[in-house]
Amino acid sequence: MVRNIVDQIRDLKNDTVFINKQARYIHIFKSLLFSTFKFIILLGISFIILGPIINIISNSFFSSSDVYNPSVFLFPLRPTWENFRLAYLRLDYWKTLGYTLLYVSGLTLIQLVITSMAGYGFARFDFPFKKLLFACVIITIVLPTHTIMLPLYQHFRNWDLFGILQVITGKKYNLLSKETPMYLMTLFGTGLRSGLFIYIFRQFFRGLPKEIEEAAFIDGAGMWYTYFRIMLVNAIPSVVTVTVFSMVWQYNDMFYVRLFSMPTSRNITFRLSTLQSTVMFLDQIKDPMISQLYVYAGVLLVLLPILIIYLILQRYFMEGVERSGIVG
Amino acid sequence: MKKRLTLRQKRAITGFLFILPWFIGFALYYVKSLIQTVQFALSKIDIAASGGYTATFTGLDNFKYAFLEHAQFNQVLVNSLIDILLDVPFIVFFSLLMAILLNSKFKGRGLVRTIFFLPILLGSGAVLETLELATQNIQGGAAAMSTEMAPVAGVNVDYFLSILLEVGLPVRLLDFIVGLVGGIYEIVRASSVQIIIFIAALQSVSPSLYEVSKIEGATPYETFWKVTFPMVSPLILTNVVYTIVDKFVNSQVVDIAYSTAFTNYNYGLSSAMSVISTVIVCLILLIVGGLITKITFYYN
Repeated sequence: MVRNIVDQIRDLKNDTVFINKQARYIHIFKSLLFSTFKFIILLGISFIILGPIINIISNSFFSSSDVYNPSVFLFPLRPTWENFRLAYLRLDYWKTLGYTLLYVSGLTLIQLVITSMAGYGFARFDFPFKKLLFACVIITIVLPTHTIMLPLYQHFRNWDLFGILQVITGKKYNLLSKETPMYLMTLFGTGLRSGLFIYIFRQFFRGLPKEIEEAAFIDGAGMWYTYFRIMLVNAIPSVVTVTVFSMVWQYNDMFYVRLFSMPTSRNITFRLSTLQSTVMFLDQIKDPMISQLYVYAGVLLVLLPILIIYLILQRYFMEGVERSGIVG
Repeated sequence: MKKRLTLRQKRAITGFLFILPWFIGFALYYVKSLIQTVQFALSKIDIAASGGYTATFTGLDNFKYAFLEHAQFNQVLVNSLIDILLDVPFIVFFSLLMAILLNSKFKGRGLVRTIFFLPILLGSGAVLETLELATQNIQGGAAAMSTEMAPVAGVNVDYFLSILLEVGLPVRLLDFIVGLVGGIYEIVRASSVQIIIFIAALQSVSPSLYEVSKIEGATPYETFWKVTFPMVSPLILTNVVYTIVDKFVNSQVVDIAYSTAFTNYNYGLSSAMSVISTVIVCLILLIVGGLITKITFYYN
């Protein structure tokens, strides 16, 4: 009897069909385990990211009686639009948003043209000191902007076109409290993280085949024509990448806005930072627990437009990241 | 008679024209400003009512003051640097892991990716500051962290901690764990751009390498260390540099330098602080860069 079982086991060990089956089940089990594990991790981290947002959304609908009601969690008992109404009013929403979007898209457009030009120049042409100059681009990426903030502040406080204007009109111009300094810096390729964008474009253009340009050149296209009509069109993936980054960062930027003391009324994110005190003083809502609700509503109002832009562009954006770019 | 340019020279000139706007900006805003910053740091600046200023050379006085007499600078500088150095490995490793997960195919990948890049929208600038201010108004800074976690999860964190303490875990270890758990949100928030860079890197790895390793019978673990890791290693350097700079720009050292300049109007001291912190960070970047370049594998 015992001998019989041992024989059977030995038979099974040599039975390839059985072994294959066994291997397949182990494999299925393993991959099932792995995907469960992956699912849990992704779910957890998505929750970490979304948690505060969910919290903000639910809080922005709280009425003042819900705040002090300990039994209220996530779902308000008396949901209200009041927070949004007041935040909307105090932000002067459409006007401020319009100004901000105009400002941000203007800067993004300039930044796209200037940085892609520089990236193309570095990728395709040979000129003396090219390596040294590109090292300088890397320096502008790495160097924290706050190191040069004071001279920049002074520069735009007493602005002058290479000392020419002073000779003619006898005075210097104060460009602060306007958006002009930011436009100027962006126009000269040193705006918000321009160095990074130059780097991205250069990597992308280096990856494009040279034959495109050679064909254009033989067909009689000039170098500028080639660039604007052919290369830039081919670079759409990285153009989208840069557009998304540039818009989002400009929209959120506070450093330059503060440094150049731009007017609060025109910049929506800057205005958001003063929303709580505005509500406290103008509407006499002194309790921070309650005035905070208005801030939450304001945050949602401010985030919404950039979120929409991001969601529209994000499909192309991911494609751009995958096909281009950043790596080369 | 005008000498005709060769094609090579023509191309050189065109190329230079392409980068000209950037070059002007670099010379005007970066080089000039850097020189001026050093100059400010070495002098005492008096600001005139008209907005101009006069600089009197004082040598290293500002540096001495920042190191020896200023109440907070030393402490803040050291704390920020330690924070940066501790967080960078976590962020880079985490973002590599996430990039690998997000790069594999599964249902709902687009949605998950969108969620993962949300912190780019949320994590910077005004929105964050406003929220922090709002929380601080209620709690005061230190308590803000635990409240940030607690209401979101709907769990009483203190209760769990007390259980762990009763079990007999050493307080020091518990502190470390709490710090790490509290820091997860920070790490997730700070690693979106790095995840994007790593995904781009993973996409550029040629599939034939994976095929070969599969045929040769490599386990996934071996494939990771022998194929994936070497192929993305050049981007590890990029990410480390990006993370260090990003963390540094958002650190408290910058806040101190900023408030010294625009609240106390002490330009000289502020510039000295900027110069000190920048030099230290550049040294760190050089050392870290040197170390990482040694383990980096270049395909070509």
